Amino acid sequence: MANVIDDDTLEYVGILAKLELSEDEREDARHDMEKMLDYIDKLNELDTEGVEPMSHIFPINNVFREDEVTNGDGHVETLANAPARKDDTFVVPKTIGD
Amino acid sequence: MELTDMTALELSEKIRGREISVKDAVTHCLANIEKSEDKINAFITIDKEGALKEAERVQEAIDDGSLTGLLAGVPVAVKDNMCTEGIKTTCASAILENFVPQYTSEAVLNLKKAGCVILGKTNMDEFAMGSTTETSHFGVTKNPWNTDHVPGGSSGGSAACVAAGEVFMALGSDTGGSIRQPASFCGVTGIKPTYGTVSRYGLIAYGSSLDQIGPLANNVSDAVHMLQAIASHDIKDSTSVKRDNYDFISALNGDVKGLRVGIPKDYFTDGLDSEVKQSVLDAAEKLKEQGAEVSEFDLSLTEYAIPAYYVIACAEASSNLARFDGVKYGHRAAEYEGLHNMYKKTRSEGFGAEVKRRIMLGSFVLSSGYYDAYYLKALRTKALIKKAFDRAFESYDVILAPAAPTTAMKLGESLSDPIQMYLGDIYTISVNLCGLPGMSVPCGKDSKGLPIGVQFISDIFREDNMIKAGYAYERARGEIEACPMRKAGE
Repeated sequence: MANVIDDDTLEYVGILAKLELSEDEREDARHDMEKMLDYIDKLNELDTEGVEPMSHIFPINNVFREDEVTNGDGHVETLANAPARKDDTFVVPKTIGD
Repeated sequence: MELTDMTALELSEKIRGREISVKDAVTHCLANIEKSEDKINAFITIDKEGALKEAERVQEAIDDGSLTGLLAGVPVAVKDNMCTEGIKTTCASAILENFVPQYTSEAVLNLKKAGCVILGKTNMDEFAMGSTTETSHFGVTKNPWNTDHVPGGSSGGSAACVAAGEVFMALGSDTGGSIRQPASFCGVTGIKPTYGTVSRYGLIAYGSSLDQIGPLANNVSDAVHMLQAIASHDIKDSTSVKRDNYDFISALNGDVKGLRVGIPKDYFTDGLDSEVKQSVLDAAEKLKEQGAEVSEFDLSLTEYAIPAYYVIACAEASSNLARFDGVKYGHRAAEYEGLHNMYKKTRSEGFGAEVKRRIMLGSFVLSSGYYDAYYLKALRTKALIKKAFDRAFESYDVILAPAAPTTAMKLGESLSDPIQMYLGDIYTISVNLCGLPGMSVPCGKDSKGLPIGVQFISDIFREDNMIKAGYAYERARGEIEACPMRKAGE
């Protein structure tokens, strides 16, 4: 069955993806997603009843260690990449109240 | 022997024997880069000054006897998704155009410890999402064998610069074939090791459960030595595996007597170019002549690998790329209203079309209501595909297959139809889904003169079998003609 991505879904995915698409990009994205989902639906031919989802190939467990500082301060280099800064801080838009 | 004709191992031997200085080797490569870059655009950043300085340090260490490794003094390149302290690392994206990391990725550190000299950072598909190196923000890379064609991708810059003789070896990363396919297209050897063998610390993540760093080189022996240099257990990467065995070199013995080699019949059906097919089957015949037991079998589930892969890779990408928000590094939109609008505008300006496409799809398959139907379904499919490979490795030591269904496409032919492009990953993608090691070795050329690669796949942690097969095949095949651009280098 052909997948249909409606406006609400596209809007919702845009919020999740934190992407603001232009009108053209929206139509492209809708078309691409519908086509890809049609293709991905091929997986439904497979009976996966009772098959455990496999996230890792081999058992990987949490690795615990002491929380010891091994690197230096590095704030000068870190801040050198800041898109906007003031003294030793990152400048960001106001996030709480007015 | 001219520098251009040397393998990395031969070069290092001469450097350690004081016949050639590290500076001479580096200068030779920088001159080749100068000659070839305007034709192929394999690099995003060339660090001439840093390389010459590093050459001095390496020379001193060789001279005082503290550096004796088999790759000491070899000029190399690194894909631009691995962080390098003080050297711009862009992932070929506008969003990281000016990003200068404050630390170096573990694989690159290991290379430096081995005495390799890094000349620069290579071009790639943006965030490693692509198979042609055409989605880079810094322009396309061209195939050095024929500049009307793509070099493959996403490690297209790394494959092209090795083929063109700009460096002797390069690091790439492989999430769905991104080392093996460009290696095949550019006529070089590329290895994707078992998942967890090479630390991902400092590798800018695309699909974390699939990404592995590996070597691209002019022959199997160089590639295997480079793999040995970069493989390590690293506590800074929680998925790094502490292997029992980090010795890859001793498998370079050419002994394939009794080695069980399986040819998956399902890989040799429609969609496989007839010249590629013939060339790969000829390679199998060569192994048979060397004493390997070669037979065909049904792998099954092949057609489900690509859809499962794209669900998993895009899901992981949408999560991994959430960090690019314009707050602490990278591009930030000039004008915005409030925090969320800043995120959205920054990301929309900074990411290219293919990256946006994959983030959108990934966000969708992880969203509530679709998570079970798509994401979990893909993970269940992956479990079945893994089982199929487990079954195959009960009967075979090595699986022999094409690296890609065709040789290098013409520039601009692939991007218009994403699904068509994704289908090109059919022979490489399952290896990533199942964490397996895979290697592409040049096995011929098509009638257009473009290289073809044969792929050897073995079970997890059994690189030895894959290396044995690849090395024995390469010896039986004999010398092949080097890329004309490389020969013109001298």
